[in-house]
Amino acid sequence: MKMRKALSLILASAFALSSVGLTGCHGNVKRNEFIVPEYFDTSREFNITFWAKNDTNINQTNIYNQAIADFEHLYPNIHVNIRLYTDYNKIYNDVITNIATDTTPNVCITYPDHIATYISGDNTVVPLDNLFTDERYGLGGSELVFDSPTVDQIVPEFLDECVINGVHYCMPYMRSTEALYINKTYVEALGYEIPDIVTWDFIWEVSNAATAKNPDGTYVVNGQEVMIPFIYKSSDNMMITMLRQLDAGYSDEYGNIGIFNDTTTSILHTIADEVGQGAFSTFTVSGYPGNFLNAGQCIFGVDSTAGSTWMGPDAPLSDIHESNVVDFEMVVRPVPQFDTENPQMISQGPSVCVFNKEDPQEVLASWLFAQYLLTNDVQIAYAGTEGYVPVTTMAQESQAYQDYLNDPNEYSIKIDVTNMFLENINNTFVTPVFNGSTSLRNAAAQLINNTVKSVRRRETIDDAYIENLYEEVTALYRLDQLSASKDSRAELGALPKESKILLITLGVVWIGIGAYFGCDLVKKRKKN
Amino acid sequence: MKAMKKVLSLAVVAAMALSVFACAADTAAETEETQAAVDYEYMSYAEYDAAALDTEVTVLCTVMATQSWWEDQITVYAQAFDGDGAYFIYNMACSEEDSEGVAEGATILVTGYKSEWEGEIEITDATFEFTDLVQENPMEPVDLTADFGNDDALIANQNRNFTMTGLTVEASGDNGEAFLYSWDGSGSQGDDLYFTVSNGETTMTFTVESYLTGADTDVYQAVEALNVGDTIDVSGFLYWYQGANPHITGVTVN
Repeated sequence: MKMRKALSLILASAFALSSVGLTGCHGNVKRNEFIVPEYFDTSREFNITFWAKNDTNINQTNIYNQAIADFEHLYPNIHVNIRLYTDYNKIYNDVITNIATDTTPNVCITYPDHIATYISGDNTVVPLDNLFTDERYGLGGSELVFDSPTVDQIVPEFLDECVINGVHYCMPYMRSTEALYINKTYVEALGYEIPDIVTWDFIWEVSNAATAKNPDGTYVVNGQEVMIPFIYKSSDNMMITMLRQLDAGYSDEYGNIGIFNDTTTSILHTIADEVGQGAFSTFTVSGYPGNFLNAGQCIFGVDSTAGSTWMGPDAPLSDIHESNVVDFEMVVRPVPQFDTENPQMISQGPSVCVFNKEDPQEVLASWLFAQYLLTNDVQIAYAGTEGYVPVTTMAQESQAYQDYLNDPNEYSIKIDVTNMFLENINNTFVTPVFNGSTSLRNAAAQLINNTVKSVRRRETIDDAYIENLYEEVTALYRLDQLSASKDSRAELGALPKESKILLITLGVVWIGIGAYFGCDLVKKRKKN
Repeated sequence: MKAMKKVLSLAVVAAMALSVFACAADTAAETEETQAAVDYEYMSYAEYDAAALDTEVTVLCTVMATQSWWEDQITVYAQAFDGDGAYFIYNMACSEEDSEGVAEGATILVTGYKSEWEGEIEITDATFEFTDLVQENPMEPVDLTADFGNDDALIANQNRNFTMTGLTVEASGDNGEAFLYSWDGSGSQGDDLYFTVSNGETTMTFTVESYLTGADTDVYQAVEALNVGDTIDVSGFLYWYQGANPHITGVTVN
């Protein structure tokens, strides 16, 4: 059963990030830079902790456990203790807490956005570049006792997401994108054919058509009292994707905020119009797209490919009572596009990082385990639990993975979204990662969700409303402080001459004051 | 130098004056709040019940329990002050300092929007103010044993504090567990607990919501100690998610 906890934690994390992220990880223990040892000491025992995230999916838990058992068989002197999470933001909050007490895990599944905050402490997270290329213990290294991918065998688009300030601080573990899940039966009943690439205009046109009602108040298309034609699960992804497709501002890698622009305003006006027509809502406001889709109360749902096993009348997982499931044909497409010749969709998913410790051997043991998570057995098994794709070409091109993709016993929707993603890896994008990027992401979500709520509450959505919304969201997520702090670090460059003179003068004055009091003290002592 | 001293003295005096003024203003505000406590305008539960979704509502209610406060928000299980229904107030704006007062028995005036999420009728985007009112006759938990497994009947008591008695613990997982960490066993200690019970005819899945009653609470530990076949009585709040999804706050093994 899915729950709404993620939402509260996501919102909470924005505050946490604002307060923690902007001030850095005060109180964390200073750590020396990690240097790769020349050899791994197999005569010593190592206990490492692994904080892992699953999608409340027992199969994923079982794969983690199997991976640990297999790894410990290969390295009997390394013992991995797993702690399971079902929410990235809970991991994030716990890591932040444990940085201060020097009790971070050794290996952790996380988002690059979150690592951007972790690394505000000194040498908290191990930079992986030297480890990647270490001839003995690096990716594909000679001393490894398992088949590890080389760095070239990690999908470049996915690996690039792990770069923060020019350094790789993590490795991709799994990747997904978003997919458009469509009730084909209803679309065709409304007189439309589904194109290979669906446009936003198509979505709105069909969604508006689906709002037609019978005299008794039920909807014509489904005969029910409830119909929300289009539901987007991740409001932040929706805003980010639309802005990207329209080549409009969002942010840069220095944390300069560009989201409050005319294109965003235009998008919010469109959303307001569609909500007013009864054509659109979001997960935050109404619930899971899959639940509405499966009940025949929705036509278009955008959700992660990693949620595919919940989507469709024959979905293996479902939160709604079977008596409420409606029979229909489901198809999947890439998320709606503005330019069908240049489709763009977000790349997302968990990454894995290694935390620095006093003992380099312990870090090396952690690195070995982190690297093991990229082996074919783990990658293919975990990807198969949902609509994920493996992050290595070694796994993607393996016979085992090809067999999986062609297995008629697998859930067809899951395979369809996986193939869709594989065909569009070159069309994926990621947002810039910086200390505070999570706050901006949450702000993006709130722009849409507040607009949706306000329309439902019969408020007037005009430019003044949107301007006020920008101010509210800026204040709530402290985006003005975020931009200011990043600007000063990234773009101001060297101090102007006048400032240098002022600072030097102040320094001289303080030295003079100190000297004066020092002399005075000496005189008094002499008198005594 | 003398001029500097004058400036400093003036600044200090001004700051002190401002502080005194601010304190006086705070005291006046507190007094006013206390004086107005008996004169609130609010909807009766019946009026709330009849209100359309997405309309602004103001209700007077007494806190039954809360989920853990988190960064200026708190989720509240409350009963109508007039005693004829219950509210679920999701992520109400609340400072950490105020959260200590939002405790069982406190009566608060809540303004927010009536909303629906996956079948749960709740108040969202809410703010509140404390009152000095004391609910003299709080609602006793309603016995819903007869409505077990019947969502059509249970929904009339959505969000109420309730009891059910004489239920049997059934196996929840593939391995015959009496309870699961997370809905399918994919979680670990500290996560929500899920367990299945029956009345001999049908089954329901109950949840121990970890933000309401965490791993250190009696109910959490009582559920961890359950065995398949145990006969139990339960109490809780009738939360809704695609049907009745009670949040259990008490378990007694018979």
